[in-house]
Amino acid sequence: MRKRGFNLGYFLSEGFHSIFSHGLMSFAAVCMIVACLIIMGSFSLLAVNADQMLTKEEEKNEFFAYIDESCGEEDISRLTEQVRALPNVASVAFTSKEEAHDAWVESHPGGVELPVNVFRDRLVIHVNSLEQFTDTVTAVTSLSGVADYSAHSELAEGFVLVRHAATILATVLVAILAAVSLFIIANTIRLAAFTRREEIGIMKICGATDSFVRWPFIFEGLILGLAGAVIAFLLQWGIYTAVMNALADSGVLTLFEMVPFTAMWLPVLGMFLLAGALIGTVGSGFAIGRFLRV
Amino acid sequence: MIRLIDVYKEYDNGSKALKGVNLRIDDGEFVFLVGPSGSGKSTIVKLITAEESATEGRVIVNGYNLNNIRRWQIPFMRRTLGVVFQDFRLIEKKTVRQNLEFAMRVIGAGRREMDKRIPYVLELVGLGGKADAFPNQLSGGEQQRAAVARALVNNPAMIIADEPTGNLDPARSLEIMTLLERINALGTTMLVVTHERELVNRFSKRVVSIKDGNLAQDVQKGGYQL
Repeated sequence: MRKRGFNLGYFLSEGFHSIFSHGLMSFAAVCMIVACLIIMGSFSLLAVNADQMLTKEEEKNEFFAYIDESCGEEDISRLTEQVRALPNVASVAFTSKEEAHDAWVESHPGGVELPVNVFRDRLVIHVNSLEQFTDTVTAVTSLSGVADYSAHSELAEGFVLVRHAATILATVLVAILAAVSLFIIANTIRLAAFTRREEIGIMKICGATDSFVRWPFIFEGLILGLAGAVIAFLLQWGIYTAVMNALADSGVLTLFEMVPFTAMWLPVLGMFLLAGALIGTVGSGFAIGRFLRV
Repeated sequence: MIRLIDVYKEYDNGSKALKGVNLRIDDGEFVFLVGPSGSGKSTIVKLITAEESATEGRVIVNGYNLNNIRRWQIPFMRRTLGVVFQDFRLIEKKTVRQNLEFAMRVIGAGRREMDKRIPYVLELVGLGGKADAFPNQLSGGEQQRAAVARALVNNPAMIIADEPTGNLDPARSLEIMTLLERINALGTTMLVVTHERELVNRFSKRVVSIKDGNLAQDVQKGGYQL
């Protein structure tokens, strides 16, 4: 009994040969993989940028707790410590009404002259997570010594909503596109197997093992998947850079700074190659199964 | 060695192809399996090559009990067989040599082994000068010789020829049958499925006749009696 050898050179050469023997279908499969990966990649890059923006906004996120005028220095110190001890509080800083007044004057040069007494002593509170923003505001305002507060809860909730929606949308789209890509690559390999069904029959009757028959098709799928991934990566790079330059030139979205592609090319390439390889091998694995039953 | 012991075969559509067939073919024998169309000849071949399994009874092929053979063992059982088809089944886009290499590569043969074995087999079947020809450049008889060479190249214990002369004229049929007889003389067991009365009668070998799924006759040095 001869051992079942893994002849990599043979499997690769058969895989390449098969790709070119039905070139049009292979081309269509690569195009579909490219299209799917670019759409998946674009949404992922959008999500990365949205996440970065949200993270920046979170870093800036703060609200004010106005301190009751009856509180003395000791009360203020105690209140500060109580706030600091609350969950989700990143930092607490005391600002006196004089400092608040000076800041107002500085930020509104030539504006309305307001007396110092209009302002109140306050705690400037930064939170860790926007998701618990409202709970934190409620906890702070329930403390003794807090007279009032100023917080934009609706903005924080909006940020959280956008992030959740983007995550769900990206996940659903990636799942759908991955399924479409799998279907297309499986059909391409099925066609390749169908055109070679007599060869497969001869191989089987000569004593070929299932894996010997399957490997060339797996490699064919892998090659198509990786080729699609590399092309998609290069196109994605071009598209992303073009969009970034166009936005920069037009002055739109000046508030947001896009993450440069060079800062994330390696994970993007890795993700594309992994997705392409998975789509190619899993798709071809599914497709070849029924042709082995000889 | 082949043994069929009280073998029944009923297909999914309810047709009963074999009804209790007993058959023994020893190593080195030359056996004609004859019978009219639909008699069960092809079913016997499919049982031997494990393309189908018996509904009842035991099938033993070259030491493999096909009743409880595992799926991964089937390729190794098939390597003890060489199969020749009526329609040759050569790969059109490969040369004769490449067709033989294809069959050898399947079982893991290396280049050196191929370079040694293929010229010998091609000489044996009379195609020494046609190694680089494509199937469509060969006559029907030559294509069937190439198919015989492919069946023989992995040095099987037994060759099963399923209607090997069905697509050939009488002269070419005689050549192919003579070739199979010569290969048998070198020690390879030969099972030839046919319904060509004249050829069977001419070669005076063991003849197993199948009719309506039953073994109707088994005659040493017999003729086509059905």
